[in-house]
Amino acid sequence: MGRLIRLDRTGHSTLAEWTAADEAAARRASEAFALELERGFIASATLADGTAEVVRELPVEAELVTLRRPIVGG
Amino acid sequence: MPLETPTRVGLGLPEAERLGWNRERATKRTLRRDGRRWTAWTAWVVGLFSAPGLALLLIEPLTFPVALLCFGHAFAVPALQARRGARAVVAMGSAKSAASPAGEPTGPGRVALGLLADLVGHEGIDVVRGSGLAPYPGALGFWLVGEQGAYLVRRSVLGRRVFSWCVRVGDADGLPAPDRVAHLLLALREDEEGFATVANLNFSGAEWRLRRHLSAGERSALRVLRAR
Repeated sequence: MGRLIRLDRTGHSTLAEWTAADEAAARRASEAFALELERGFIASATLADGTAEVVRELPVEAELVTLRRPIVGG
Repeated sequence: MPLETPTRVGLGLPEAERLGWNRERATKRTLRRDGRRWTAWTAWVVGLFSAPGLALLLIEPLTFPVALLCFGHAFAVPALQARRGARAVVAMGSAKSAASPAGEPTGPGRVALGLLADLVGHEGIDVVRGSGLAPYPGALGFWLVGEQGAYLVRRSVLGRRVFSWCVRVGDADGLPAPDRVAHLLLALREDEEGFATVANLNFSGAEWRLRRHLSAGERSALRVLRAR
């Protein structure tokens, strides 16, 4: 099952959950994902080897997609 | 229209892309070069202030108070630079932290700490609890990430060199301390070189120079790295 979370002032919020078989849920997740990207969030999918990858479309096969705010140099 | 799995294109850090062509991308080569520059600068400062002191002592030993001032400068300038490097990194629970310095976090902080624990694993969360810094073994070296700033520890022929970076969440308003660390850690995992490109290098030098300006917890994190 895939999960879309956003890091925010509550710790993190789960915005959507989906399975590859549930197309409607995946579509809702994809819409929520696009909305957050428009708000300026950056998305990354956690890969099996522990690394992460920036994504600009929701990877429906991913188990966890995290939305974070941009970073800047100090 | 059915949903399709997007093609993986290995996107870099968007923040690094926005910096444009005039910002050189950090690599192992640029880190080695920058490290050598910092060493040369430090040697120059030490030489610049020590030489007049030595000359004064040779010409007239009674000028030793002035010579001592010169030697003091030769010692103080690199020490101040190292202290600046240490202050660039804000560990969770430290004086400048958004987290309460005492006890376990509650509410959103606790939720955020749970996510951070997922990111760093069992061994990593012990380092986080002990030092307030999140460890990450990268290709460029070993990282210790704070709420703001990060250390990169690299091995060199002369021992271990630490790079101190200034980097933070652009709009951290209201974010619990572990979430701030998680933001930086996620960016680091996404694109390590991009992360080092976005961050501003604040200090580079031998580990022993920085260690004396660190808290006991931060020093313990460096000891953990030494054991690896």
